[in-house]
Amino acid sequence: MKPEVFEPKIIAFCCHYCAYSSADLAGSMRIQYPPNVRIIRTPCTGRLETEYFIKAFENGADGVFIAGCLEGGCHFVEGNICAKRRVNYTREMLEEIGIEKERLRMVNVSAAMGRPLADLIIEMVETVRKLGPNPVKLNGSSKKESRL
Amino acid sequence: MIVAERKKIQDLLEIVKSHKKLLVLGCGTCVTVCLAGGQREVSIIASALRMAAKLKGQQLEVEELTIERQCDNVFIEQAAEAIQRNDAVLSLACGAGVQAIAERYPSKPVYAGLDTSFIGILEERGIWTEKCAACGQCVLHLYGGICPVTRCAKHMLNGPCSGSREDRCEVDPNRQCAWQLIYKRLKEIGQLDRLKKIKPPKNWSRSQSGGYRTILREDHRV
Ligand code: SF4
Ligand code: SF4
Repeated sequence: MKPEVFEPKIIAFCCHYCAYSSADLAGSMRIQYPPNVRIIRTPCTGRLETEYFIKAFENGADGVFIAGCLEGGCHFVEGNICAKRRVNYTREMLEEIGIEKERLRMVNVSAAMGRPLADLIIEMVETVRKLGPNPVKLNGSSKKESRL
Repeated sequence: MIVAERKKIQDLLEIVKSHKKLLVLGCGTCVTVCLAGGQREVSIIASALRMAAKLKGQQLEVEELTIERQCDNVFIEQAAEAIQRNDAVLSLACGAGVQAIAERYPSKPVYAGLDTSFIGILEERGIWTEKCAACGQCVLHLYGGICPVTRCAKHMLNGPCSGSREDRCEVDPNRQCAWQLIYKRLKEIGQLDRLKKIKPPKNWSRSQSGGYRTILREDHRV
């Protein structure tokens, strides 16, 4: 029997103005990206808070991927810069908790970057696959079981 | 406002390790504004604690609640039931709020989740600065509204010291010399003559000497 391959579940917060369109474009161009990502469209990555990332991990995500506009290209001027700072803060907090910070990553793309976005997603899936499942899911049961 | 910052998750876990049911209690006033202990931080810290506990094999159930003000009995009432049904409280209020809860529930362990730092203001987004040390006898009127007790590294009442260099403090060149600011401000408002008078030592008996301070207002007693 073949050993079961771990398929990470990754939440991808994609900005409406760039990454979400890029993902759409990737689809139209028939570029494949792994089905491990669950895309959540956000009006701007600046809308994202530490809370969202932490809750995603608590609810069983193996990785969280944030895709915002290229720096300097944010529709709301600096939403992606704010997001970058929050992602960095949350990465530190994840380490405090005991979760590998590599499970949370932010990238910047434009609306025309279907291929690069797909590649970044593939890279993220591979990183998380190497890390294995979210350790919180493995350690005993809690009231909050994985909802993904 | 009172400014505080959160303790590290592992330190918090160590503090609460003997308990199985924990209430993380936020405060809706100062610590909400300084982004340390409001509803959002309660939610983040509670989740972080649940995950960190699990990873350490510690059994921990965490309930979340935020009340308007922890330093006020009227509001503490709203947390009564949640406090009763948990083994301990991790308060995300300032030190005064934590102690108010502890006094009100003498048989319940109550812990501080934050390090209360100072009385200050939001200088710019994400930067808070200390402005007042609550010395008990305010002398701001003599110094153009800039507090030498808090903002001069040497707390000089008759400054500047000889280390002031091009408006920088000699103790930390990243900081402005408080006395330069005082001079500029007094000049601006035409009160430079205030500096001609040597100030006598401050009456520190009104600060933290002889234990905690109280204020009694007979007109408000019942
Ligand atoms: S003089 Fe005292 S009361 Fe006034 S601002 Fe400075 S520390 Fe606060
Ligand atoms: S340089 Fe200015 S702020 Fe620094 S200790 Fe001297 S007088 Fe105080």
